[in-house]
Amino acid sequence: MGIEIKMPALSPTMEEGTLAKWLVKAGDEVRSGDILAEIETDKATMEFEAVDEGKIGKIVVAEGTEGVKVGTVIATMAGEGADADGESEEPASKAKEKTPPAKPRAASEAPKKAESGTANLASGAKATVADPDLPEGTEYVKTTVREALRDAMAEEMRADDRVFVMGEEVAEYQGAYKVTQGLLDEFGDKRVIDTPITEYGFAGIGAGAAMGGLKPIVEFMTFNFAMQAIDHIINSAAKTNYMSGGQMRCPIVFRGPNGAASRVAAQHSQNYGPWYAAVPGLIVIAPYDAADAKGLLKAAIRSEDPVVFLENELVYGRSFDVPKVDDYVLPIGKARIVRAGKDVTLVSYSIGVGVALEAAETLAGEGIDAEVIDLRTLRPLDTATVLESLGKTNRMVVVEEGWPVCSISSEIAAVVMERGFDDLDAPVLRVTNEDVPLPYAANLEKAALIDAGRVVEAVKKVCYRA
Amino acid sequence: MAKPTTPRPSRARTKKAAPPVGADHNRPRPEAPADYKASREDLLEFYRQMVLIRRFEEKAGQLYGLGFIGGFCHLYIGQEAVAVGIQSALEPGKDSVITGYRDHGHMLAYGIDPKVIMAELTGREAGISRGKGGSMHMFSVDHKFYGGHGIVGAQVSLGAGLGFAHKYRGDGGVCVAYFGDGAANQGQVYESFNMAELWKLPIIFVIENNQYAMGTSVNRSSAEDQLYRRGESFRIPGLQVNGMDVLAVRGAAEEAIKWVKEGNGPILLEMKTYRYRGHSMSDPAKYRSREEVQEVREKSDPIEGTKKYLEAAGISEEELKKIDQEIRKIVSDAADFAESSPEPDLDELYTDVLVEQY
Repeated sequence: MGIEIKMPALSPTMEEGTLAKWLVKAGDEVRSGDILAEIETDKATMEFEAVDEGKIGKIVVAEGTEGVKVGTVIATMAGEGADADGESEEPASKAKEKTPPAKPRAASEAPKKAESGTANLASGAKATVADPDLPEGTEYVKTTVREALRDAMAEEMRADDRVFVMGEEVAEYQGAYKVTQGLLDEFGDKRVIDTPITEYGFAGIGAGAAMGGLKPIVEFMTFNFAMQAIDHIINSAAKTNYMSGGQMRCPIVFRGPNGAASRVAAQHSQNYGPWYAAVPGLIVIAPYDAADAKGLLKAAIRSEDPVVFLENELVYGRSFDVPKVDDYVLPIGKARIVRAGKDVTLVSYSIGVGVALEAAETLAGEGIDAEVIDLRTLRPLDTATVLESLGKTNRMVVVEEGWPVCSISSEIAAVVMERGFDDLDAPVLRVTNEDVPLPYAANLEKAALIDAGRVVEAVKKVCYRA
Repeated sequence: MAKPTTPRPSRARTKKAAPPVGADHNRPRPEAPADYKASREDLLEFYRQMVLIRRFEEKAGQLYGLGFIGGFCHLYIGQEAVAVGIQSALEPGKDSVITGYRDHGHMLAYGIDPKVIMAELTGREAGISRGKGGSMHMFSVDHKFYGGHGIVGAQVSLGAGLGFAHKYRGDGGVCVAYFGDGAANQGQVYESFNMAELWKLPIIFVIENNQYAMGTSVNRSSAEDQLYRRGESFRIPGLQVNGMDVLAVRGAAEEAIKWVKEGNGPILLEMKTYRYRGHSMSDPAKYRSREEVQEVREKSDPIEGTKKYLEAAGISEEELKKIDQEIRKIVSDAADFAESSPEPDLDELYTDVLVEQY
């Protein structure tokens, strides 16, 4: 019986990878634990180990092949005792006899390949409106969000020697999510510092270093872990300037992935945007695409105020056009219209922008012309852009990958109620995640997270087209 | 069952270095600190500063009672020798200092104008934080005094960050982070110890062990009540010092500064001290007896102790009286200033939330 060796998923977000190198060839005997190949994922080069014993039959996918989808057969192996090149036609049922036969299931209840609910978030939709501040003819470079963030840090570190990066695995490991890749090589271990797993402590050390005149970038492996450090973010960093009557500053950037990740369940999946956006004294930024990630992170590092910079793991690997400009810095506190429209305004931020853009495309096919606003900064909130758009469309849906209660959506709804009431032709609707901790099971996860379909539905309601 | 809590600050060990704990006997350790050999001028200055802190704090207590000062107000009375002994050993403008909410004494010992401190206590525009910080949140970046922090233990991590900045810039400065026996049980203290030693940060951790974390005695809250040992598992050497004796404190500070400046990384000083007043103004201090407080005052008071040194140096009672009078004048001027200064303009409500405009 031949065993099919399939392209493995080596990270929660990996969909495809490069088969960098085969370490075995046809006819080699392998034992479980032997390394078969090196595979490049979106984050790192990983070794792929054999699980079964046997002889390698055929290499199906040659080394150097890029874009090999997870689950593709990359080689075959003859099972224990079987003839490697015999291409044995043994019926599959026989092999299964070794294990007790599974209870027969009706086709409809057969377990399917788990599809994460985050697949619905990962549309990769692009803005259709270019940054109006860029001159015509600007060249663009395809860049992943991950690279854009790294480039922003590297450029600012070159420009200002007070800037340094600290966090878990930022240096020698090259970043848990590869965001700090290459920084250690360029800037050395004085400025790219691996910390122990001790968020409260290193957030405090970062804040203290900022008070002492440096410009730290503190990376949290994810913002879920920053809960351990939230005292320093709020009590030490955010309040210092005010409490000291403007004497003592704390120019620090706390950054890292925020929001739902894929199949990691409740403790590793949460959007802290509304938490930090509630705190006076903080700047809170949550970009969607690579250009904004770069331009806003550079602005954050230059700011004299403490900044919480919320990234999203699911978009790290997505490519967007980044303008090829010497020093691309964007203004903090300015939303951006990423799609112009006249019938309804969709307001969102971070990964929700992709969902809103996807919904807008569907709606266009149904004759509804949606304008999409990317808030980009959650504090201070650019309410002027939101209200101006409402004045044009008279209808609004807020799209947020996060909980509904006391959320950015709630805040937008309140602002519109207070200052845009006369412009409203329908109540503001919110499309948010369900009000539950994020579950692990793929189907439940999918049910808990926002998707474009829900946005389309909400838009039809506010347009009275349901 | 709690152990007896009688404080014995006067019998605190000062004569020999902290013995190594565990098997690690071969690590280099700091020398046993000797009492500081103070000149006549030094002694007068220590006396002057300690009396200033005491009179200032008594006045603050009074103003609190009169309703001029609100909220929480934590007095430093009894602990004066610690701030004065340590800060007299630092280089102002180069070395940095950070502490918790019991911060008036450290500010005065760093030469910050008593008027602007008192005006902050009364919440006035002229206060050092323009009336927006209050007793617990005062800062003077010019003096490299970084607060004044209200969250127990936070100043230890922040202080490690200040030490980090000294090392990063290579400016030769040292950070002193003060915290109490209560803060010594906070988790972030140990996270900071770990990184401070790992990265050999120039920082002196000073535990002001005044025996009570609010109302809970050290023995009731600390499994290891010899707090100078708390750094040992991070390889941070600790010294236990009589914090009621300004010369012992200054001697230990000198040794600690030497240790840190030689690039050995952090050091921990446990200052055995005592606060005469309650934890804050609203604390009736029922957790200890009047006799206990009285005994410390009589036997170990840091100012009375310094007077004995002054006497031995041939300084007359008259000379000290003259200093006392000067101090009374400074403190009463500070109080007048703090009472008569205007409150902040209402527009100040919205200023300094952020540094920049967005």
